[in-house]
Amino acid sequence: MFDSLSKKLEAAFRKFRSQGVMTEENISEGLREVRLALLEADVNFKVVRDFIDSVRKKAVGIDVLQSLTPGQQIVRIVHDELVSIMGGGEDNSLNLALKPPVAIMMVGLQGAGKTTTCGKLAKYLKKEKRRPLLVPADVYRPAAIQQLKIIGGQLGIDVFDSQADDKPQDICSAAIRFASLNGFDTVILDTAGRHQIDDYLMNELAEINSAVRPAEILLVADSMTGQEAVNIAVGFNERLDITGVILTKLDGDARGGAALSIKAVTGKPVKFVGLGEKLDALEVFHADRLVSRILGMGDLLTLVEKAQSVFDEKESARLAQKLKKNRFNLEDFLSQLQQIRKMGSLESIIGMIPGMGKMMKQAQGDQPSEKELARIEAIIRSMTTAERGDHTIINGSRRLRIAKGSGTTVPEVNQLLKRFSEAQKMIKQLQKLGPKGLMKGMGGFGKRMLPF
Amino acid sequence: MSEETKKGFFRSIMDKIAGGESGAEESASFLDRLKNGLEKTKKGVVEKIDILLLGKKEIDASTLEELEEILLTSDIGVKTTVELVRTLEQRLGRSELKDGHALREALEEEILKRLLKHHTSLKTDEKHPFVFLILGVNGVGKTTTIGKLAARYTATGKKVLLAAADTFRAAASEQLAAWGERSGVDVIRHKEGADPSAVVFDACRAASARDVDILLIDTAGRLHTKVNLMEEMKKIRRVIEREIPGAPHETLLVLDAATGQNALSQARLFKESAGVTGIALTKLDGTSKGGIVIAASYEFGIPIRFIGVGEGIDDLRDFDPEEFTEALFQS
Repeated sequence: MFDSLSKKLEAAFRKFRSQGVMTEENISEGLREVRLALLEADVNFKVVRDFIDSVRKKAVGIDVLQSLTPGQQIVRIVHDELVSIMGGGEDNSLNLALKPPVAIMMVGLQGAGKTTTCGKLAKYLKKEKRRPLLVPADVYRPAAIQQLKIIGGQLGIDVFDSQADDKPQDICSAAIRFASLNGFDTVILDTAGRHQIDDYLMNELAEINSAVRPAEILLVADSMTGQEAVNIAVGFNERLDITGVILTKLDGDARGGAALSIKAVTGKPVKFVGLGEKLDALEVFHADRLVSRILGMGDLLTLVEKAQSVFDEKESARLAQKLKKNRFNLEDFLSQLQQIRKMGSLESIIGMIPGMGKMMKQAQGDQPSEKELARIEAIIRSMTTAERGDHTIINGSRRLRIAKGSGTTVPEVNQLLKRFSEAQKMIKQLQKLGPKGLMKGMGGFGKRMLPF
Repeated sequence: MSEETKKGFFRSIMDKIAGGESGAEESASFLDRLKNGLEKTKKGVVEKIDILLLGKKEIDASTLEELEEILLTSDIGVKTTVELVRTLEQRLGRSELKDGHALREALEEEILKRLLKHHTSLKTDEKHPFVFLILGVNGVGKTTTIGKLAARYTATGKKVLLAAADTFRAAASEQLAAWGERSGVDVIRHKEGADPSAVVFDACRAASARDVDILLIDTAGRLHTKVNLMEEMKKIRRVIEREIPGAPHETLLVLDAATGQNALSQARLFKESAGVTGIALTKLDGTSKGGIVIAASYEFGIPIRFIGVGEGIDDLRDFDPEEFTEALFQS
């Protein structure tokens, strides 16, 4: 969408290209496009109105920089302003430096993703060297308690043994006592989903709050929420004085404008974002990245960070060495593949690359899916060490054996080998260009993808 | 808020099953119930419009602009809003609309027209077994909707079978089994992590063997942008088609009423890759915006079949555009 927003802005500003200063008149058309873009991203109407006003004030009278078009400059102002509203640079870490056990209460509507997020958060805290206890306090939804128990089992994290006929208030108080007796330092309370207008259930939350005094009350909000996000946020915040927000299901194509609305009306920071169904798909929130998402610019930084945390440094160095000597073989190809898969599903990786979201839609048929990757892995694993080291020795009968061994067909094996030798050739060419040539090639790519 | 909801979701259902409320009472109170459920929607859209138009003898451009804002705030969507306002503008130009009252009526008319455009009702008697394939993104209320549908069809004397093809989410099949137990309906389920197509295969076989009237297939929540999960969906469909020719007879997309513009993307992509034939709109009781229902149906030509207006087991109702619009605009 950002691409189209840029284009629309370009068109709106084309006639003013000769003008060096932005005036009230020449930006109003552009701002209308910005307004529509934000509305389409589900940012609340009132928030959009205030926002557009403040951008207008900032933009009027500014000299257009030589290197930018007015359209680009407006986009930049919009981007920076959005980042500052979203609390860019503010501290959004969890406040857990209290006497243990520290309680974290998760609240939200039905289906926002509380139970899954509880599991993700527990995993995150375990990685941070804490000892979390998961507490199922959703006694209404059938099998909700069991769901959290299964998740806890998968993660190797203890789950409090709640029963569906207990009162949620009692479960939470008992869980805190249990935690302090058994040396858990963090207690994560998974409450039932409820509407903010449901007085009975909201009272229940207020009672848990006063009994347990949690250090953090996190509102779990679906990133696909529309204009209603404001009412939800205000409703929960008024009753519970929430301490932060976790935005879920951001791995879809929702722009997540709801987050902007929530932040604008409550002032409470977004602390984490959920990016998938797997239990490690939780990330610390970064304002600038979400703004890029709202504007459709992709999320390259997250990708880089993810790659850094997953890629084995030694392994990477070994690969680089091999690449240099041009002895990249199928064995290396396989290990590279496995490293990429460690970063998460291919779709989520591709989604983070600017411009790729759109390309993915266009080329849905011919991009390699998770399944295809699994097949490639199977094929390579069916090769002998000698074959992996030098693929040129793979003749017809070897191909047949590999196909049989991997449960694929000979044409599929052929296709992989062809792709691999093409990749090898490409690496050779890149080697010739040297690091400078490489940058040149990538530079053009980057420029085209990123708007400024 | 009714007594039942105060008791909580679970208990009110248990009470309902134990008490066995009579059908006559239910249908008599249906309009009230719908109105109650839509109360928030009404307050959202209609009251604001009323306040805006109250006592206005003349409609001008700025009134229309404010109207546009109100519609946008109701998640109706940019495209539909612009269309609606443009239509009203034209009628205004032809001097059809003199005052606020006339404008409101015209708006009601236009919205109803859009809701009626693709409206058809579901005939579950024509096929045997009639197969429902239920899908949607995560957390919209698929399993709950199936639980309600099962109770509803069982109550009308039909033999219902449930298929727990959500083998991904922890305890999803247990959740469905709990619903099945309440309505006394069999559930076909496999272990967690099993191939959903295998569950569907077994369910289709069982449906034919046990002479079932209605087969409801629950699927895992999937974001419409995940290519591999959409492929899995297609495979499930292929299995159903092979086992029961002509099935699924209804591919029901469950949409959460609190969803904003993304519901349109969901409707488009699910229709493209899974052949959605109907929409169930859930959680209409908690949100003040019912707007997405108009846009989702109108823009993609998908009829709305059911709406969930409360947490009780019989708060899932057939969608009726007239009743819906009437409840929306009643003052």
